[in-house]
Amino acid sequence: MNLNEIGLPWLVPGLLLLLALAVWSVRRLAAFDAHSLVGEFGTPLLFGAWVLLFWQLLTQAFDVPRVLLPAPSLIAQSLLAGWGVLAGDFVQTVLHSVLIGLVLGCGLGFATGVLIDRSPFLQRGLLPLAALASTVPLVGIAPIMVMWFGFDWHSKAAVVVLMTFFPMLVNTLAGLAEAGHMERDLMRSYGAGYWRTLFSLRIPVALPFVFNALKINSTLAMIGAIVAEFFGSPTAGLGFRISTEAARMNMGLVWAAIVVAALAGSLLYGLLGWVERRATFWHPSVRRG
Amino acid sequence: MMATQADALSAARTPGELSFAAAQWQRFGPILTVLGVVLLLWYAAAVWLNAPQVIERVLSNQPGWGAADLMRLTWAMDRPVLPAPHQIALDFFSSIVDWPVGSPRNLLFHTYVTASATLLGFVMGSALGALLAVAIVHSRSLDRSLFPWVIASQTVPVLAIAPIIIVILGSMGLTGLFPKSIISAYLCFFPVTVALVKGLRSPGVLELELLHTYAASRSQAFWKLRVPASLPFLFPALRVGIAAGLVGAIVGELPTGAQAGLGARLLTGSYYGNTVQIWSALVMASLLGLALTGAVALAERGLMRGMKPGVKK
Repeated sequence: MNLNEIGLPWLVPGLLLLLALAVWSVRRLAAFDAHSLVGEFGTPLLFGAWVLLFWQLLTQAFDVPRVLLPAPSLIAQSLLAGWGVLAGDFVQTVLHSVLIGLVLGCGLGFATGVLIDRSPFLQRGLLPLAALASTVPLVGIAPIMVMWFGFDWHSKAAVVVLMTFFPMLVNTLAGLAEAGHMERDLMRSYGAGYWRTLFSLRIPVALPFVFNALKINSTLAMIGAIVAEFFGSPTAGLGFRISTEAARMNMGLVWAAIVVAALAGSLLYGLLGWVERRATFWHPSVRRG
Repeated sequence: MMATQADALSAARTPGELSFAAAQWQRFGPILTVLGVVLLLWYAAAVWLNAPQVIERVLSNQPGWGAADLMRLTWAMDRPVLPAPHQIALDFFSSIVDWPVGSPRNLLFHTYVTASATLLGFVMGSALGALLAVAIVHSRSLDRSLFPWVIASQTVPVLAIAPIIIVILGSMGLTGLFPKSIISAYLCFFPVTVALVKGLRSPGVLELELLHTYAASRSQAFWKLRVPASLPFLFPALRVGIAAGLVGAIVGELPTGAQAGLGARLLTGSYYGNTVQIWSALVMASLLGLALTGAVALAERGLMRGMKPGVKK
């Protein structure tokens, strides 16, 4: 389908007509009840579909150079053609750097939180450091980590550990402080000791905080792993693919790698949200009705 | 021992009862202790990590060396695996003082390059984010169709697009400050939009109806109620945004072949194995991050002073 054959006189009114149709249909759907299935998912999906269609039509109609903005169909082609390469990148970046780093960083942060929960002294010492860490570009540590742990995923996982540790620590401490006096007194009246109270009351109460940190960290971990690959990596990884193919002006594959990264980030976030709803079913924000 | 002392102090924590020294210890003691422990561990780690190289290169042909030699040499290496804190401090200081401020060898020059890109991007991104938030609050269609995508974009590593922005704008002939600030701008954009939409919607039915009984127009309700009510939501997002924008500017300096900026310093440091330079660039980036978020926090404090009795000082 070559749009140039249609000719400019027909093109502009056609696009305008289509635009009017798009606006009308989105407004029509937006009028639905926000809690209905159509209102919640239909409207954004329709809007996204219109954006994709206009992206496709405009890039083809005006012959936008591929370097500037490839058409969605071209990105899809690159995605299919480069499937094997991108699958390898996905394994390298997401399954190795992100997941291992996320598990280690969040595990360490949680364990440290539980350990220093009993010491107000250490809390007052470590919390300012955690606040500092949130304002500092921690990802800059990547070149050091590459020197220490080599080009492979170990150095990226180390960056992810560092980036995810403090948010988890802060949220664990806040969550552990969340159990009220009434509930603690009840546990004591049952004769429950420190550990029993911790596992039966305080950690469950802290779970919404922990999941909040996990969700923040899932995004941070993706960013950390991808950016760390900009500083040097073996010949695989989403960040490596994006930076090298962008330098070679192979924009189709770059956008395809970004699509994979975006899907992986959203999937990870969605998965954590799903686990959260199962684990904290008792929380008012999850409970329905 | 430290912990028990602090516990005893916190048990007796009523401000009037503490002496001045005890109050100061309460406040700064923990953080100073933690910093001291970190420093000690750092020096120990520097010995441990640098020892293999030192032993292989220097000490192996000097029989009878002791721990003192090892410590002296591992804390003064040229290209250490982990530089000692005083080496970083000295390099940091000399990279600011030894060259004129405008010279590309001066760290302050690179800091200025990165900071200006961050600030320009922050202003552009926040302004666009605010415009979009106002549009979303006033248009039901945009709210239903576009806003879910803005929220979803929070879960996506948008920083991955940075090399594309650099390449695209580079092919259009734009280099230097502007492409980097575009990256900063779109990193600031999303959190500001999400927070501002939440904030502009935060006034309750009661407040809105009160203004209605005063016969306030829509724009009066917007400026006198919705905008002030949104500030407590906006400022945390601005702090997040400017920190993210700094990361964006640093990352934006990587693909351009490391000409200027803190990101370039990091990259050249890692090319040439100059670890001390990397660390002092990191220290500078951290100080810049602190200064930028501190400036936003100061603005917040100034604007929100006396707005609500419940606002933290």
